[in-house]
Amino acid sequence: MSTPHLLLGLLATGTMHGYELKRAHDSRLPQARPLAFGQVYATLGRLQRDGLVASTGPERLAGPDRTAYTLTEQGRATLDQWLSSVEPPMPYVNSPLFTKVVVALLVADVDRARAYLVAQRRAHTERLRELTALKTAPSATVDDVVAADYAIAHLDADLRWLHTTLDRVADWHREVHS
Amino acid sequence: MTQLQARGLVKSYGPTPALRGITVDIGEGEIVAVTAPSGCGKSTLLHCLAGILRPDAGEVSWRGHRLDTWSEAARSRLRRTEFGVLFQFGQLVAELTAAENVALPLLLAGTGRRAARTAALTWLDRLGVADCADVRPGEMSGGQQQRCATARALVTEPRVLFADEPTGALDTLAGEQVLTQLVRLAREQHTSVVLVTHEPRIAAYADREVVLRDGVIDHTGLGLDAPLAGGSR
Repeated sequence: MSTPHLLLGLLATGTMHGYELKRAHDSRLPQARPLAFGQVYATLGRLQRDGLVASTGPERLAGPDRTAYTLTEQGRATLDQWLSSVEPPMPYVNSPLFTKVVVALLVADVDRARAYLVAQRRAHTERLRELTALKTAPSATVDDVVAADYAIAHLDADLRWLHTTLDRVADWHREVHS
Repeated sequence: MTQLQARGLVKSYGPTPALRGITVDIGEGEIVAVTAPSGCGKSTLLHCLAGILRPDAGEVSWRGHRLDTWSEAARSRLRRTEFGVLFQFGQLVAELTAAENVALPLLLAGTGRRAARTAALTWLDRLGVADCADVRPGEMSGGQQQRCATARALVTEPRVLFADEPTGALDTLAGEQVLTQLVRLAREQHTSVVLVTHEPRIAAYADREVVLRDGVIDHTGLGLDAPLAGGSR
């Protein structure tokens, strides 16, 4: 995830304090990995150093840090460029799941790899059910549904891979040890 | 209370076994997904549970009464009054409008024409396709047709709904809308659902999953209560 660009995007909606940015992040990306305050301030510091945001100066009246941040012209240009650029579609085939099966086949046997695949499949299935319950709850917002959809589609893809790999693991093991 | 109970179901088509000893219970209001790769007997299991097919061996009980030994007429009556069935391709009657299609099971069960139409309109509205009431299937999208078929399957307020790949012919979003409404309405009226699918993301709508492989329940499969690997019960 690109935290700097996300913060630039949030600031494009108006000047904000660090804690307001954190709150805006949490409400727009409800299922995301939590964003620590420290990370918000560290990122803002770098954005300010690079001239992408400007601080409007601390108000010394309240709180430890009441500095507000504004997007600069240069910041807006950087944001526009990021929005227009396509992300590289999976340039490397990299996944902890994939790596774990490779290592299991190297250091153990086909049963070990299979046991892992089955256990992972079950964990994925449980998470799939959790997210499906979340998005179908009557209280679900579009934010919730869209976030859950993203995760569901990826879990679904992983599950398909786990299924087919379970069917191929014996052949794969033979190839690794031939 | 257990609605449906299958014990040791065996069913073959000629020399090809489809079910090789299946035991499963479906509780009241429970939504159970039956998943398997293609050709592993899931539709056969659904048809045996619904009393459409008779197993070669084993028993199917409906609320404590064996139904596999009943006559075709008795099983057919049970299907009309207590069961709802939904297939992959809605199988609406092409010559009838949506409202007429949905009213059909009620008319067959002896409900008056006016009451049947009122109920049909209510169910079309619940499924979000009230606009289609006077439209024939040929003029509807696949998603609209499947919602009408869902209304038709639920209009008799069945105790069990059998759904065989109900979203198989729909795009992701349309399929999801059909399923979300189906599950919500089933829960509201405590209808049990037997949901046959080969897609994990569809099975995730269920409370529980029964995984078949080569005609038997695969204990190493996706069921949350399954032991890790190579286990047997």
